[in-house]
Amino acid sequence: MPQVNITIDGKKIKAEAFKTVYEVATANGIYIPALCHHPALPPEGACRVCLVEIERQRALQPACTFPVTEGLVIHTNSPKVREARKFALELIISDHPLDCMTCEATGDCRLQDLAYEYGVKGNEYTGGVQHTYPIDDPNPFIQVDRNKCILCRRCVRACNYINGVEAIGIVYRGFKARIAFGMDSTMQDSPCEFCGSCVEVCPTAALWPKMSLGKGRAWQLKKIETICSYCGVGCRLNLHVRDNEIVKVTGADGPANHGFTCVKGRFGYDYVNHPERLTRPLVRRYLLEGGSKAATDHRGGGDGKNGDGLLATGNAAADFVETDWDTALNLVAHKFAEIKRNYGGDAFAALCSARCTNEENFLMAKLTRQLMATHNIDHCARL
Amino acid sequence: MTNPFDDIAKNAQCLFIIGSNTTEQHPVFGMQLRQAVKQRGVPLILADPRRIPIADYATIHLRHKPGTDTALLNGLMYVLITEDLYDHEFVANRTEGFEELKAKILAYPPERVAEICDVNAEDIRRAARLMAAHRPGALMYAMGITQHTSGHGNVISCANLQMLLGNVGVAGGGVNPLRGQSNVQGSCDMGGLPNYYSGYQNVALEASHKKFEAAWGAVPPVDKPGLTLVEMMRAAEHGQIKAMYILGENPALSDPDSNHVRRCLAALDFLVVQDLFLTETAQLADVVLPGASFAEKDGTFTNSERRVQRVQRALNPIGECRPDWEIISDLGQRLLTAIWPELPDAIAEAPHGHWDYMNPVEILDEIADLTPSYAGIRAHRLEKLGSLQWPCPDEKHPGTPILHVGKFTRGLGKFQPMGYLPPAELPDESYPLLLTTGRVLYHYHTGSLTRRARGLAAIYPEGLIELHPEDAARLGVANGETVEVASRRGRVHAKADVTERVQPGVVFMTFHFPDSAANFLTNPALDPVAKIPEFKACAVRVSKCAV
Repeated sequence: MPQVNITIDGKKIKAEAFKTVYEVATANGIYIPALCHHPALPPEGACRVCLVEIERQRALQPACTFPVTEGLVIHTNSPKVREARKFALELIISDHPLDCMTCEATGDCRLQDLAYEYGVKGNEYTGGVQHTYPIDDPNPFIQVDRNKCILCRRCVRACNYINGVEAIGIVYRGFKARIAFGMDSTMQDSPCEFCGSCVEVCPTAALWPKMSLGKGRAWQLKKIETICSYCGVGCRLNLHVRDNEIVKVTGADGPANHGFTCVKGRFGYDYVNHPERLTRPLVRRYLLEGGSKAATDHRGGGDGKNGDGLLATGNAAADFVETDWDTALNLVAHKFAEIKRNYGGDAFAALCSARCTNEENFLMAKLTRQLMATHNIDHCARL
Repeated sequence: MTNPFDDIAKNAQCLFIIGSNTTEQHPVFGMQLRQAVKQRGVPLILADPRRIPIADYATIHLRHKPGTDTALLNGLMYVLITEDLYDHEFVANRTEGFEELKAKILAYPPERVAEICDVNAEDIRRAARLMAAHRPGALMYAMGITQHTSGHGNVISCANLQMLLGNVGVAGGGVNPLRGQSNVQGSCDMGGLPNYYSGYQNVALEASHKKFEAAWGAVPPVDKPGLTLVEMMRAAEHGQIKAMYILGENPALSDPDSNHVRRCLAALDFLVVQDLFLTETAQLADVVLPGASFAEKDGTFTNSERRVQRVQRALNPIGECRPDWEIISDLGQRLLTAIWPELPDAIAEAPHGHWDYMNPVEILDEIADLTPSYAGIRAHRLEKLGSLQWPCPDEKHPGTPILHVGKFTRGLGKFQPMGYLPPAELPDESYPLLLTTGRVLYHYHTGSLTRRARGLAAIYPEGLIELHPEDAARLGVANGETVEVASRRGRVHAKADVTERVQPGVVFMTFHFPDSAANFLTNPALDPVAKIPEFKACAVRVSKCAV
């Protein structure tokens, strides 16, 4: 594409022809507000919040869809522009609940930020009809509150251009227009895969993760970037944490996932804080109090009745008892050393873990080879 | 993978998926492939016995019978060779063994392959012609290729096909195994294998033996590779292995023939399991050590693209749990003293003989010092660059996105002709259905994590068996009815999902739910080279449950 010369707010800029005004301005550090536009999605031009004044154009133009051509002179913050943006916001707010005090998105809401920025009070157009849609969709992951939907179509585009299953659309026209799933059914009844890309891009609380409801607002949460623990794609995720509990997961901009993730990465995190987590070392009682293992028959299974009786010991010596780390680790070290002494290192085998870090796997291999003197180490790479 | 996800999504002119349920098992990459089809119009050829979700986007779907992959791949190559559609220049300049390959391949005309695989011969021709017409093309595979007694041959055949098409060492091409777990690539890279030190340094080579002996002060003999997982279980059953240390794995549910695996584990003198939950395997242990989840530790994971990325601690370990690296190094210290009350000089003086690690960064440094492909991967570089793809031989190296550019590791790429071998166990009168196994979108492996994630457990609460309507009708089984599924090794119950996703005569199950886990049924027969069990094909019988 050829380069063109344009002027934005008096600043002379060289830009690639047919990039949008929004792209060029943003790339050059010039702020243009946007609601329906999202950098990962194709432009839509739905919300009119990014309107700019372009000399020799009859009307204000949406920056997110307007292509740059030679000689354009653009004003992004003129009184006319500010007035038009405020008007657009007022119209949106006229059919939007003003329950920011209890809204999940407070502090993390594009609409709230812009209403504040433009001094919108929310009482310009009273007396009209407001939507009162029932909140919800019977699925375990995503709360749907159409009252808070501003019809920006970010979710529709994310479902088409990020996931691809096209589970979300807009049904009806005019004031009746609303988002719908599949053939205007439930999310579960549609091709939805619950990747949550729609939640990721929603600028308000119209789509919100159910598991995060009431768990804290953006400023109360600590955000840490890490790598997903499930498949081998290696999505980079943001864990949102409060009081040592993960309360939300969002996609981070990693080289494999570019800000998005899947249902397991986004909604499959609560095993971490699950009450069944083991929190102290467990050892069989006979290991602490003496007695022989032969006298214990804690290991059922193998009788064709799958896994029955694994825990039912009927023998107190074989019960698990909680103990401290020193006791448990000394016991393990002593036993491993004894087995190496009596039978040789090849009587030992280790399985490392495809869910643990490189560092942990390296240490398992080192322990097996250096200390136990055997190459008997493997893991579930083949499973 | 030889090529990165982004490269395939943006540059491939043709996609060939064989034995990978990509949108369910690697969902984010699955989305990117779907976009390549939708936005760039790239043809997608899918070879899978089941009508998996990405079939909706396939130009051609070859629904071959489970376990007939080599025959199918040979059939595709037959068309490329006999219709003169292969890349002559690549074959001449970059490969050897073409004549041997050709001799073998000529025994696989599409008509014969169609019979073996139960697909349409014309579809094989169309698929091969599409691949030849749209290059470069990327081949993706997963466990559908490897988990067979012919797994090794299947993988080699994938490589043969891509070399024949000249699709290796170029952007948008490659042979791309999709790895199913967050760090399965890394645990292989780190030497978590019986025949390799880290970075695939062969334990049988004198050079690697000497190198690690010098670094650690002690190593096992050079001439004795270790046992693989399934071999370990058999050795435990026979009393040759007395003790096992299992970190974050659940073989009692993930390994084939679970009843047998449990007997093997029960035969051990001493079993230590380190995990988050009292898994089916931990229930058999003598000592259970509470490890930490990914959110409670620092370190690195290596993804399918060989990309090393930082895992960062977001939570303090729950209760008295400790990060696993800390538990292993603490145990290593104690074990060092228990084995050698007086430390031998060789270990005391070895540069990496010690076990007193302060943090994972020190361990990563040791990895980099001892592993040529990770030599340039250091914590400070990852912090600055975000990620690095190995091989990364020094600290100036930018990493290697695409493998085999210009030259293979061994020089020329060698065609290795492979013949078709049927699965070890085929349906017969007593066990008339063919069981194939896998995972679903909403669960992960043995389910010990995803069954404890509320949303996932709610949307997919129990194990199903996919059964074709014809088979269901013959058995008198209704959709949603609980059936008994039996093989020569065990039996389980599962709810029937009557669907055309499977073909008549084939059933599909997962191993996510202990009560309906396919691995009570699966066959532990191994591929003779790769030692991978045949999860993807065994014979079963389905019957109505007695009321």
